[in-house]
Amino acid sequence: MSFPHNAWLESQRGLIDFSIANLGRRRGRNLGLFLAYTLLVFLLASVVLYGDALRREARLLLADAPELVVQRLTAGRHDLLPAEWLDRVRGLRGVRAAEGRLWGYHYDPAAQANYTLLAPNDAPPAPGQVEIGAALARASGLDVGDVLSLRGFDGKPFAFNISRVFEAESELVSADLMRVNAADFRAFFGVEPDLYTDLALSVANPREVRKVAEKVLDRLPGARVIAREEMRRTYEAAFNWRQGVLLTFLSTILLAFALLAWDKASGLSAEERREIGILKALGWDTGDVLRMKLWEGALVSLCAFLVGYTLAWLHVFYADAPLFTAVLKGWSVLYPQFRLAPQIDLAQIATLFFLTVLPYVAATIAPVWRAATLDPDEVMRE
Amino acid sequence: MTPQRKRRGSTLAMWALGLCALALLLVLLDSGRLAALHAEALRQGQARAMSDQLTDPALFTEARFARHASQADRHAAFQDHPMALEHFPAGSLMPPPDATALMPPP
Repeated sequence: MSFPHNAWLESQRGLIDFSIANLGRRRGRNLGLFLAYTLLVFLLASVVLYGDALRREARLLLADAPELVVQRLTAGRHDLLPAEWLDRVRGLRGVRAAEGRLWGYHYDPAAQANYTLLAPNDAPPAPGQVEIGAALARASGLDVGDVLSLRGFDGKPFAFNISRVFEAESELVSADLMRVNAADFRAFFGVEPDLYTDLALSVANPREVRKVAEKVLDRLPGARVIAREEMRRTYEAAFNWRQGVLLTFLSTILLAFALLAWDKASGLSAEERREIGILKALGWDTGDVLRMKLWEGALVSLCAFLVGYTLAWLHVFYADAPLFTAVLKGWSVLYPQFRLAPQIDLAQIATLFFLTVLPYVAATIAPVWRAATLDPDEVMRE
Repeated sequence: MTPQRKRRGSTLAMWALGLCALALLLVLLDSGRLAALHAEALRQGQARAMSDQLTDPALFTEARFARHASQADRHAAFQDHPMALEHFPAGSLMPPPDATALMPPP
């Protein structure tokens, strides 16, 4: 005696057997479809995985960025600000600490790259010494103990002894950095001792950041205040935008694939319609035909989804996404080498699944249902 | 000699599906190891960003206006006009400023 459950299982197995035989009969066409489908999932998933991982990385890296940055605007442009601004913001209620930041850019014609020079308040290098980012060291071919020679603001050569190359792990934030002493920074750029690039403020109560920013603006009307939240939003927006740009390109492939699926589905060949007619004449009911075709579509799309997503994961987290770094790299000389951390996001997997698998299965089923509900005699005579 | 049994299509299909799912599962499970490896790099990056009061990742180093995007003037990446595709790829990869962010809070 067999249980009804087993009978149901056996009937489904029979349908799958038939579906596989069907797929095998049009091997070339189905293989082409499978490859196109896998490629589509791979590209879409790569963009989504890469974008999400990059966004997350930037958010985590800059979690401890200054809560408020105060800049001075002169004629609408960023300008150096006087040291007395420090005293004016230090007295504000809610401001825990305020420090002047010294940073700027230098274009090195030898390496054809822009460096970011920074005079840190915390553990600055000794006078004449410089600590450089790993990408800068790679581009200039220099290492610890070498001399980095640059031309200062007045054209005079300036020699820095490299005392340290930053660890490769921090490259995403330090690729083009040159950490120098404040006195060296001022001498190199010709910045007066009582001027700073901008101010970094820390706020005692994180919920008061907006209020403190308003107070700063009241006291310093010529200032521009940038909150950490705005810095975070800038990169959220940049990565969303970039993801969007790539997805826009990929949408043409998605559309092409939708057309392919639609064409395959809506234009059931005469042979396929005759086949459905014969099955019905042999005693299959509409439900059986639909179930068989559903299995056919589900097997192709499920396998394509699993293979495409796995390949995308390998591409992004094991191979460092070579397809997208080319887009990102652009013409920049100093580009950080970094790896991104994977994070399993079930909602993301589900979104990709519903975006790729469901439309295909639906497009396959609809015309089959139309053919399967017709009279077998009518279908075979067409 | 016994006749060779023909393997059923459904068995093959389940094998194929199972193998694909297993490959994905293994890759996802390995993400824990990768994340643990990455944690140290992330910690060093965070430490550098915090001690040097850094505000931006060093992703777009080719142009001054793109290097510290969060510190640049609004529209800085759009030297011609918002949405302009311009000289440096970084500029075209930056979104136009969010006009709603400029409005005062209600």
